[in-house]
This record gives sequence, C-alpha cells and structure tokens, in this order.
Amino acid sequence: MLLYLFKRLILMVPLLLGITLISFAVIHLAPGEPTDMQTQLNPEVSVELQQRLRAQYDLDQPLMVQYGKWLGRLVRFDFGDSFSQDRRPVTAKIAERLPVTILINVLSIGLILLVAVPIGIFSAVRRNSHFDRLTTIFVFIGFATPSFWLALLLMDVLGVRYGLFPIVGLKSLGYDYLSWSGQILDMLHHLVLPVFVSAFGGLAGFSRYMRANMLEVIRQDYILTARAKGLTEKAVIWKHALRNALLPVITILGLSVPGLIGGSVIFETIFAIPGMGKLFYDGVMMRDYPLIMGILVIGAVLTLVGNLLADLGYALADPRIRHS
Amino acid sequence: MNSLSYRFGLVGAVLLLCCLCLVCGCDRRDDKLAGQGEAGPPVAGDTLIMGSGADAVNLLPVLASDGTSGDINGLVYNGLVRYDKDLNIEGELAERWEISPDNLTLTFHLRQGVRWHDGAPFTAEDVLFTYRLLVDPKTPTAYAERYRQVATAEVLDAYTFRVRYHKPLATALISWAFSVHPRHLLEGVEITKSPLASHPIGTGPYRFVAWQRGEKIVLEANPDYFEGPPYIQRVLYRVIPDASTMFLEMQSGGLDHMGLTPLQYARQTDTPAFRRRFRKYRYPAFAYTYLGYNLHRPMFQDKRVRQALSYAIDKQEIIDGVLLGLGQVASGPYKPGSWAHNSDVPLYRYDPQRARALLAEAGWQDSDGDGVLDRGGKPLAFTIVTNQGNDQRVKAGEIIQRRLSEVGVKVKLRVVEWAAFLKEFINPGNFDATILGWSGGIDPDVYNVWHSSKTGPGELNFIAFQNTEVDQLLEAGRRTFDQKERKRFYDRFQEILAEEQPYTFLYVPESLPVVAARFRGIEPAPAGIMHNFIRWYVPAEEQKYDR
Repeated sequence: MLLYLFKRLILMVPLLLGITLISFAVIHLAPGEPTDMQTQLNPEVSVELQQRLRAQYDLDQPLMVQYGKWLGRLVRFDFGDSFSQDRRPVTAKIAERLPVTILINVLSIGLILLVAVPIGIFSAVRRNSHFDRLTTIFVFIGFATPSFWLALLLMDVLGVRYGLFPIVGLKSLGYDYLSWSGQILDMLHHLVLPVFVSAFGGLAGFSRYMRANMLEVIRQDYILTARAKGLTEKAVIWKHALRNALLPVITILGLSVPGLIGGSVIFETIFAIPGMGKLFYDGVMMRDYPLIMGILVIGAVLTLVGNLLADLGYALADPRIRHS
Repeated sequence: MNSLSYRFGLVGAVLLLCCLCLVCGCDRRDDKLAGQGEAGPPVAGDTLIMGSGADAVNLLPVLASDGTSGDINGLVYNGLVRYDKDLNIEGELAERWEISPDNLTLTFHLRQGVRWHDGAPFTAEDVLFTYRLLVDPKTPTAYAERYRQVATAEVLDAYTFRVRYHKPLATALISWAFSVHPRHLLEGVEITKSPLASHPIGTGPYRFVAWQRGEKIVLEANPDYFEGPPYIQRVLYRVIPDASTMFLEMQSGGLDHMGLTPLQYARQTDTPAFRRRFRKYRYPAFAYTYLGYNLHRPMFQDKRVRQALSYAIDKQEIIDGVLLGLGQVASGPYKPGSWAHNSDVPLYRYDPQRARALLAEAGWQDSDGDGVLDRGGKPLAFTIVTNQGNDQRVKAGEIIQRRLSEVGVKVKLRVVEWAAFLKEFINPGNFDATILGWSGGIDPDVYNVWHSSKTGPGELNFIAFQNTEVDQLLEAGRRTFDQKERKRFYDRFQEILAEEQPYTFLYVPESLPVVAARFRGIEPAPAGIMHNFIRWYVPAEEQKYDR
C-alpha cells in the first residue's frame, strides 16, 4: 500500500510539470501582454519606454527562459510577484481571496445536499406522483434560470423593495464596530442571497442524480429481500437503500474538491464579493501571467490530490486495484 | 489628473459609488427629508460613500495608471499646480511660479508650512525627488516621457524649485500637476516594494485610513490641510463591479455618489422619489468617439470618399439611439466650449444626397445594379473593427452600417477582444476602419495622435494621417505658451481636419454623476463637480453617518 502511494506520488511530478508547461505555453499564445494596459494607446508612452517596461518583466526573453525562471521559483514554493501594477506576491493575492470563496462554496454545497438529497429520495420513492412531477418542474426551472437574472431579481425585490437583505458584499459598513457575535450575524445576513443563488442552479443536477441512484438501488434484489423480511418501508428506504444510493454521491463530492477554490465571475461581480473567480478573470484580462499560473497550479495540485484520494479510497475498499 | 492621459476603455469613467445601508453599526438617520428646505451654514461631519467599478491597483501615483487609484491619489496627494473649475491653471503646492522670457525655465515658489500626513515638512527636495523618480530607468512608470524633456532640475532653497527645458514645451507647466511624492519615505527604497503602494502618505485633503482589497478604501479628512480642513469627514470607496448592482444599492438608500449610464439617467431615475433623494448632474466629458479610416487603404485615400461617409452618417441619430440624447455631435478633437475648440468648422450634418454626389464625383457608381457602389470592378465595401466590452461603440457601428448601406456602401462590423484588437488590428495597421474613442486631454496638444512622425507600429497615429501643414501647426502649438497664439494654430488644425475627415467625428459623451441630496455646496463647472469637493458639506440636521 505504501509502495502504491509512493508510486502515485512520484508519477504526479511529471504530470504536474506537463500541466504547467502546457498552461504556460497556451497562456502566452493569447495576444497581448501585461504591460499593454499601461502602455497601449497611451500618448505619454514612447516605444522605447514600452521596451524598457517589457524588459523589467523579462518579457523580452525567449519563452523557455521565462518558463525556466518561473519553474525555478516554483520549486522553492514561490509563485512570484504579480505582473499587475501592485507587484504583490501572488500567494498574498490568492490568500486574501481564498477564504471567502471556500466559505461560500462549502455553504452552497451544504445547502445543495440538504435540499437535493431529500428531494431526490422522495421523488424516487414516490415516482410519478404529484410530488415527483412538481419537484421535477421546479428543479428544471431552477436549472434553466440564469443566475445573474435571479440574483438581480432577488436583490431588487428582497433587497431594495422590502429591505430584508443587504445586496452588496459580505460585511456592512459598521462591521468593525460590531461585537464578535454581531459580526457573525452580520456576515450570515449578507451571505443569504449569494449562497441561495449559487446553490439554486446546482439543486437540479444533484437532485436528479440522487433520484436516479435511488431508483437504481430500490430495484435491487436486496431491497426486495429487505421488504420480504417484513421490514417497515421506512427502514427499507432510509437504512438499506439510502446508504447504497449515497455512495456515488460521495464520490462526486470528492471530485468537487478542486471546485472549492473556483469561483464564478458573474456571480462575484453581481454581489460585489471579492473571490477567486474575479481574481482569475481580471488576471486573464490583464495577462497577469504569474497570477494565472499560480491559480492553475493550485487547481492542478488539488485535482491530482483529489484523484489520488479517490483512488486510495477505492484501493482501500477493493483489493483488486491494490494488487494490480 | 494632469495631462492628456488618454485613457481608454469605456468612454466616460464610470465612478460608481456605493454606500452600505447597514442597520447595525452606523447611526443612520432617515434621509427622506434630505435636500428639502433651507440648508444651514457649512459644518463638518458625515461620510460620503462612493461606488467604484474596479478596485484600486496601486496607490503610489508614479506606478498607478488605473482610474480608481487616480481618484484616490487625487484626494491624498497634491501637485504643484492644478486645473481650477474653469480649467485654468492655478497653484496647489506652488504658491506662484515664474516662466523665463525664453519659455525654457520654470521657477516654482512653494507653499511653506505644508506637512505630510506623517508630520514631516514638505520641501522642494520632495519635488526634486519626485522628478528623479519619474525619470529613473528603474521606475516602471508610464509617465516618464514628459519629464525626460527636462534638461536640469534643481532646488534653489527649501521652498524654491527650478526646471529648465531643452525646448519650450507648452504642457510643461501643467505636467507639474503630477502628485509630489514624499522623499523621506521613498528615498533609497526599491520603488516597487514600497509600503506606500498600499498605504499612501501625501499632503492632500484626505488621509488614508484602510484598504480592504476588493471591498473598500477608507479616507478621513486631514485636519491640517493647507487649504483648510474638508467638511466631509470621511470618504469611503466601495468596489461594486456590476453597474446594475450599484444602481440597486444606491436606490436601497446606501449610495451617495455614482456615475449613471445614459439609460439609467434617462429612463430609470425620473421618479419623484428619486428626485427627492438625489441630484443628477450632466456635463460633456473630455472624450470623443470617432470612426477612423486607415489611410493606407486605397479607397480612403480620396478625401471626397471620407467626406461622403461623414455626410452619410447621421451623428444625431447615433446620439439619440446610443446615448439617449445625452451627448453632442463632435466636430473635431476638442470639447465644444473649451478654449481650443473651433466652432466655425463644418459639422457634416446628415445629407445622403450630398454623400451620393461626392461618391459619384470620386468615380464610385453602381454599375452592376447590386446596390453596392463600385469602381473599376471593385465594390465599395469595408470592415469596421471595434473592441469588445463597449456596447456604445458596437451600437454606433450598427447604426453606421445601416446608413452607409443606404448610399451604397457595404460595411461589415467586427468586434474583437481588447488585447487581440490592439495586437492584431490596430498596431500593425491591419484594419479598414475602426470605432474608438480618445479621452482625458484637457491641453490641446495632440501631437502624438496626429503628427506624421507618430505612425509607427504601436504609435497613436495608426490611421497614418500625414499632412505637412498639420505637422507644422502641432509643432508650433506645443512650443508656444501664449493661449491666443496657440488657439490660432489649433483653429487652423481643426479646419484642416474638418476638410480632410481622416476621422468621422461622432459624438462627445456626457458625464452623468448623481449625488445624494443631503450634500450641499456642489458647483457644476467646466471641470465637473469634484473641483470643490473639500467645500461640500451636509447640514447638521441631515447628517447620516456619525462614524
């Protein structure tokens, strides 16, 4: 088992190298450079000054040299400094955006599970009932609703007209003056709309998936056996069927680990939440190469680790994988 | 800021201001009665909350080139001179100045007793340091060009600073509107690593308090400001990237100041409730949008064709359709009403008959009956490129497309992402025509955009306009100090542009700021509304935020 783990870890190194090399090359294929925002169509900037700025960022060097320098820093766990005009370390820029993004994603996945799992179970158990049809309709409306539209609608009605929820950001103006508990309440108050909107679209897929799993499971022979034993319907569904139906769901959760650090630009823009999505988007628009690469590397590592964890899980459960 | 920093992007910098309406924390009073009745005498207090579409990037003015950083630095730092409300140059940190008879030497006499926000005294050494910082090859700044024209810069005594130029430069004086940096905090420090980039220390009316990235920037009034302390005690910039969200946030009662879109100004703010709580302002921006023709293309080399296209485009229709009437027809590169503007040049009012006649004169006829003019077997067809992310330009392009098709000119419209647009089309001169805008130039020196020496790759005369007389006029204009004399050069320059039509000048957009009604003392002027910001106040009984 340890040998297996060791082999997998060793294999991850060339894989990660390949990912960074391809990412680096593809990013530089896009026209435009980080210095363009400052220098292009700016009458104050001469061509000579443009060249000087490029040299300061090593942009005048061959791509492989730039990649080599970047890689040299990476092995020392240094993502370098951002190419945007603030020149701050990439790690600092990511660190200040990450907690908010993870918080919202965790809450949103939690909400999705909390709602989608019961909906899926009930729809499966009472297949083709009114409840099933109603939730199907509801869930597909949710799936088809553009999140920015829903967000603006909720903000206008609940935020502006009825003043129930704040619509912008995560903290109120007087946040710093609040007590410890007041700060938490204030933040929760601000989180209601963003979390609801970001969970809303995910409900559909997840509840459908849950329903399909459940339908699959309750057709199995061991469910028939359980019923034949004379168990109550409750015990059959919640004890025997649910456990098995949940297994693939847990796999999906494992695969969504890298998704935890990803954000949505549209969603973050509308709610004015400074998260990873906007950071990455702005980085791409500015051609901020070190920032883009930093986020991609973190994403790649999380994906590889997520895969490894999933495989380890299988390996633990299934000796055939372990020995092959 | 100082200069023709022609900033690009969405025309009209949208200053979005947003305010947090929060139940807890801030003591918030009902603002329904704000702006009603008599205002008391000016008193100190209250907070102005501004919305900004983008976060600041770098609060060290020498390194900053984005709009939000510029706005904040404008409150925290001072220059030696500035534009007053009528756009004349007045002293700021300089009490007065002398220009030598040969126009080569500027001597600034600085204010005494001015202190940096950390208490250190401001002296001429700071000015000299700022100059050295700007021209230092190691400083990654976009502003170096104009200061490299300086031959010598010296400190005569603690409050006298002198610069000497190689050649007279009309924009020399206003170039010293650039923020003066504190020498005692920056000397010997690697400028890109300076902590001042996230915690500015200036001499200006507001002091920096805090910056939560992506969220807000807080400034507080400087009680020791040399022009007297500002009345408004705090200014809060909030980052709200989405224009609709910002508008909702303002309606929810939180926002004190934002820039409206034409649609919001014309259609969504005309309710009695809105008028009671907010005051809207409108004035022409220092910007214009144009259709530029690549003069390397054979079809555009005949000026009758360019004139015909200008006649065939209904500019007022574009203003009505795209800006909902909130703009005016542009006749040249200068804002109507500014001193350099020549109001006698022809406007090329919509006249399709004349357009057809001019095209026929130039030899373009519809010989094959397909509705498109042709000459020598080639149809009069071209592509307009413009950048993605600017709806106004795309809509203007669609209206132009239709009007030109009516006179038999076939136009395709292509919208391209900004960086690719510059790299693939504009810089290599690989386009037929383009819709773009220039903004920011208060001084009429447009040498970099129109001089024939500026047609290289990456330079701004990308349409390749070459006219010997224009070259001479622009050179004379930037070497002359006397405004009347300069105006003669620029008047003639505008006549030539009007005749040649290398651009079809389309429109001058308007700035559309809105401010909560409780703020008084606002005086709209040619410079906008922010020129007397430190004299804005809120009457005691209408003040909304205690802290």
